[in-house]
Amino acid sequence: MADLETPRATADPFAPLQRDPSGAERIQRRSRTAWQDVRYRLTTNKLAMTGFWLLILLVLMAFFAPLVWPFDHYTNDLQLNNQPPDSTHWFGTDDLGRDLFARTWKGAQISLFVGVAAALIDLVIGIVYGGIMGYYGGKVDEVMNRFAEILYSIPYLLVVILLLVFMEPSLTTIIVAMSITGWINMAWIVRGQMMQLKNQEFALASKALGASSMRIIFRHLVPNAMGPILVTLTLSVPSAIFTEAFLSFLGLGVQSPVASWGTMINDGVQSMSIYPWRLFFPALFLSLTIFAFNVFGDGLRDAFDPKLKK
Amino acid sequence: MSEAFVEIQGLRKYFNVGKNRVLKAVNDISFTIAKGETLGLVGESGCGKSTAGRTITRLYEPTSGRVSLSGVDVTKLSKSQLKAYRRRMQMIFQDPYASLNPRMTILDIIGEALDIHGLAPSRAHRKRRVEELLELVGLNAEHASRYPHEFSGGQRQRIGITRALAVEPEFIVCDEPISALDVSIQAQIINLLIDLQKRMGFTYLFIAHDLSMVKYMSDRVAVMYLGKIVELARSEDLYDRPHHPYTKALLSAIPVPDPDLEERKERIVLSGDLPSPVNPPSGCPFRTRCPIATGRCAEEEPAFREVRPGQWASCHYA
Repeated sequence: MADLETPRATADPFAPLQRDPSGAERIQRRSRTAWQDVRYRLTTNKLAMTGFWLLILLVLMAFFAPLVWPFDHYTNDLQLNNQPPDSTHWFGTDDLGRDLFARTWKGAQISLFVGVAAALIDLVIGIVYGGIMGYYGGKVDEVMNRFAEILYSIPYLLVVILLLVFMEPSLTTIIVAMSITGWINMAWIVRGQMMQLKNQEFALASKALGASSMRIIFRHLVPNAMGPILVTLTLSVPSAIFTEAFLSFLGLGVQSPVASWGTMINDGVQSMSIYPWRLFFPALFLSLTIFAFNVFGDGLRDAFDPKLKK
Repeated sequence: MSEAFVEIQGLRKYFNVGKNRVLKAVNDISFTIAKGETLGLVGESGCGKSTAGRTITRLYEPTSGRVSLSGVDVTKLSKSQLKAYRRRMQMIFQDPYASLNPRMTILDIIGEALDIHGLAPSRAHRKRRVEELLELVGLNAEHASRYPHEFSGGQRQRIGITRALAVEPEFIVCDEPISALDVSIQAQIINLLIDLQKRMGFTYLFIAHDLSMVKYMSDRVAVMYLGKIVELARSEDLYDRPHHPYTKALLSAIPVPDPDLEERKERIVLSGDLPSPVNPPSGCPFRTRCPIATGRCAEEEPAFREVRPGQWASCHYA
């Protein structure tokens, strides 16, 4: 340390140094908060960081590729249908001669939007519902939990098909359909955390001070449950993307000419032995996105687990 | 003794554990504390002393009984009325590592007390008040911007005390405030509590399992066993002439700092474990481990009676 003076040689080499109380409270090393610890563990995890940068790349491409690419996702050119990948159409064209590179990135926009939107809706409903259920416990928990279990037990496809009776197949419908049951997992995670945390002394101390239940839940308990909540959030994004692809594949999702990875895979599958690139590119990027979210989520979970702290 | 400031009457707290099974954590306890007095509450782990403290401050809803603070029954108060009473009645917790929210700075932890009761008109005022309070308990004003994990156990306990002081209470329940601390730090915290009491006239309910610390701290001491108070007396009387066999056994376990004396000292060793409070013994709760128990103890529950002026015990043979 440069700012620590080296003791000067005195007549008696073993004379005690003067104690300086002014420096007693100085902290030499910057202390790290729990969040900084998490960030450190996350950034040193290579696989998680691969996932993270892959996601950044995918998001940037989804936003900027359609802006600079000379072709758009809906103009067809029947002269040039089913072209294999070449220097003009990097990913080839589909049966109507639409450029697949443009459609893939347009599809990425839709898929990422659906994934993030559905995950955020799950997050909000899950935290509020799970927070109340877990904090109050007893009869409140009993009733709210039974309701969630009943909802969870209804076959998912049935919910979607019933919903289509009232709503047109569209992006909104898909997000609503996913949110009807999607929040339950998040609510259960939050509920478990609340039950664990609510009897911690810091929550009791706040109660003893006269804090309202809402204040205790949202100021004290939820911030301390943020780790598991974030992990669940990152892992629910790929499942939402996958569900959207699956519903679009069944023809219940976004309608042509708007593309999503699901509808493109659906189109591509019908001619996969003759024009394999029509299936290959959307399937590749769908898999990459889901892979990236999963490894990032896993890394996040490891980063939040203090037992792994070295 | 002057008139009661805090009065506990027939307080019970039962927990439902499974079908038709009730855990009687606090089973009919009564005592009073005068203004400015310290009442020690001792007992082994699991005897219900912490539950008693939490029920008195209404962190747990009592099953039955009265807790009155200067004549007002706290157990009957509505939510909004209770909030005003929470200002008068505070709590210091056992584990300084669990009692501070790790995601909040010290400023926010202590400031929350001011926010809830609207005691700080502005942010600058709030910060100044928190710094004042920190200095009152022997910490530095600069500590306000730090997080709990940057402090030692003793410092954290001081922060816990500061939080309780922030609302200017009159009655403080100290729930084993020193049992999680190093011995060298325990004395500092005890002296801080005594010093604060002298300056501000606090009334304490001091819960602990360390008898020597309780003796030093308390004016009177209540001994709890299996959810009941078995003996209650002025501290000197209790330590000099214990009447209940359980108190005698507890006192005999205090080590004496003199090897010769320690060797000759007769230690009463209790056999067996604490019986389950779900299924307590019939008659006297202590009879299963009592060295002087007879047939009468199994049939008849001893009354809590005044065996000497100011000294109460519940034993047929006291």
